[in-house]
Amino acid sequence: MSAPDVRDVTLVEAVNLALTWEMEHDENVVVLGEDVATNGGVFRATVGLKDKFGFKRVMDTPLAENLIAGTAIGMATQGLKPVAEFQFMGFIYAAMEQIVSHAARMRNRTRGRLHCPLVYRAPFGGGIHAPEHHSESTEALFAHIPGLRVVIPSSPSRAYGLLLAAIRNPDPVIFLEPKRIYRAVTQSVSNNGEALPLDTCFTLREGNDVTLITWGACVTETLQAADKLVEQGITAEVIDVATISPLDRETLLCSVAKTGRAVIVHEACRNGGVGAEVAASIAEGAFLDLQAPVVRVTGYDTIMPYYRNEQAYLPEVGDIVQAVEQVIAL
Amino acid sequence: MKHLHDFHVDSVCYLDDHGTPFDELPPQAEDTERTLAAYRNMVLARTFDSKAIALQRTGKCGTYPSVLGHEVIGTAIGQSLAKTDVFVPYYRDQATHILRGVSLNEMLLYWGGDERGSAWQACPEDLPIAVPIATQCCHAVGVASAIRIRGEARAVVVCVGDGGTSKGDFLESINLAGAWHLPVVFVAINNQWAISTPRGIQTGAETIAQKAIGAGLPGHIVDGNDYFATIEALDNALERARSGKGGAVIEAVTYRLGDHTTADDATRYRSAEDLREAWEKDGIKRLQNYLHMTGFWSPDREQALQAECKQIVEKAVQEYLATEAEPPTAMVDYLFDSLPTALVQQRERIAAKYRGGES
Repeated sequence: MSAPDVRDVTLVEAVNLALTWEMEHDENVVVLGEDVATNGGVFRATVGLKDKFGFKRVMDTPLAENLIAGTAIGMATQGLKPVAEFQFMGFIYAAMEQIVSHAARMRNRTRGRLHCPLVYRAPFGGGIHAPEHHSESTEALFAHIPGLRVVIPSSPSRAYGLLLAAIRNPDPVIFLEPKRIYRAVTQSVSNNGEALPLDTCFTLREGNDVTLITWGACVTETLQAADKLVEQGITAEVIDVATISPLDRETLLCSVAKTGRAVIVHEACRNGGVGAEVAASIAEGAFLDLQAPVVRVTGYDTIMPYYRNEQAYLPEVGDIVQAVEQVIAL
Repeated sequence: MKHLHDFHVDSVCYLDDHGTPFDELPPQAEDTERTLAAYRNMVLARTFDSKAIALQRTGKCGTYPSVLGHEVIGTAIGQSLAKTDVFVPYYRDQATHILRGVSLNEMLLYWGGDERGSAWQACPEDLPIAVPIATQCCHAVGVASAIRIRGEARAVVVCVGDGGTSKGDFLESINLAGAWHLPVVFVAINNQWAISTPRGIQTGAETIAQKAIGAGLPGHIVDGNDYFATIEALDNALERARSGKGGAVIEAVTYRLGDHTTADDATRYRSAEDLREAWEKDGIKRLQNYLHMTGFWSPDREQALQAECKQIVEKAVQEYLATEAEPPTAMVDYLFDSLPTALVQQRERIAAKYRGGES
């Protein structure tokens, strides 16, 4: 089948392409959320879907996040594949009980009789000068919950392939979209309905001296740091974790076995972040390969500052370069 | 000033405390076979209940919530639901589960700490017991949305307690049911108590049923110890829902005759006098009296039914007690559709620790 390449696709447009493809090919896929139908979503991720598929499959819900999460669960038990949008991750907390106590547990609780093939999408992270509660990265909250998959794309083509995989997956997926890079770059995307694998890290760049492990918007700065490090003769392997839970430890450990050094980069707070799990996994699984301690470059253990100071919170290229210099020096 | 809206909540009761009709009974009373089946189910649920409590007291079952005082409502729900409808329970719906085909053994397994207690094959679309209060209401509107999207003539019944009606899940769900015209009937089982919190301080509203009005749904009150009032309201609401006319809220008024669960001691917060008065309104005795009065029941039949129910329950208890626990590896096996690589090692560890997964 010839793949119609779509040129100049942003990450948010790739989300839209994947939703459109899957709705065209599977009548059980429905979209629900606040402002997703007529308005096409506040970031326009669902634009055009209502016109193509109608109100029965693209539903503007009342303004109640807990209800959105729970309604999607009920739909999923009937064999629909709901893709529910939370307008911002900062508003998902009202839905935690539904996500944690029901979506994640339905298959286990019923011994496979019922399950939840659903996707909860939410834009997350800082860097777009948004109001309070619109910029946090709290992915670790979900990574801690057994029964959930937590997937974070970092490019248009991975957003397309991973969202298709998330929708087709028979279990609940938290799909967190880094809004800082919603429109940062464009790529040509093959709109051929091909999904990417879940539970798998993507090695974006090979190198021998250090492994840089990251996900989401920080992939951008991490790749830039890797470029800069070449100037110093350091080749960095860059891994986009993509599915932060369940974690593909093998890819990470294999890389660290090769490089002997690891720097983890994430925007979320350090304390109890997913970086801690990655670091512990490396300590447990590759200790003898390590030539230096594992170092983390992360946001601070503070409340996300309002936007005048958000840049001071976000990990920058220089921070990553500095961390690498530190571990190489050992 | 413009006068926009007056609201109306009806309250229905046909039988007095002794089972004597106040008035002409609804058409449901003409179906003697169904009424006798209802009575049988109530007695079976109550027999099961006292056995489950006894099992808990002797260390053979975990914490268990008594169905005492809910048997009439649960039975009416079970009878009014068609097989193709979907039931979304809370955790005191034993009488309904029996009619949906859930086995007594499965119910004991659930409260006895075994996930297989929710693997119901007889009613595969019914949702499992929901412990977090009122959360099931959101699932019910989701199921009803799927039914509406597909244009099917089916409906959903969801149960919630009077305490549960204070939660956003209930209020958000009735709101969606009104906005989307969903085929879902909310049965708010007002048993007067949310553990120790009495109905009076749960809400300032005079009735729970009137909350439906604010959501754009009709609200009805029935005496939940009056089988005819309850089954009529459910039959009507479900028929209406299946034919695309939208949902409803039915406040079924009863009294929780037992403790909240076996871990509770209701004597700490309510008087023996209140409880004695509530027992006078017991719906099972009321229906039994009615059946006696109408000539459809006799002491012999009662004795035979009690013996039959005891035997059924005893058989289920033996089956339950003889059921081995699942291998501990089961905790991994039902987490996802297929085992993620990240969990392989943990599964192996469990299996090794418990000799190949067997406890």
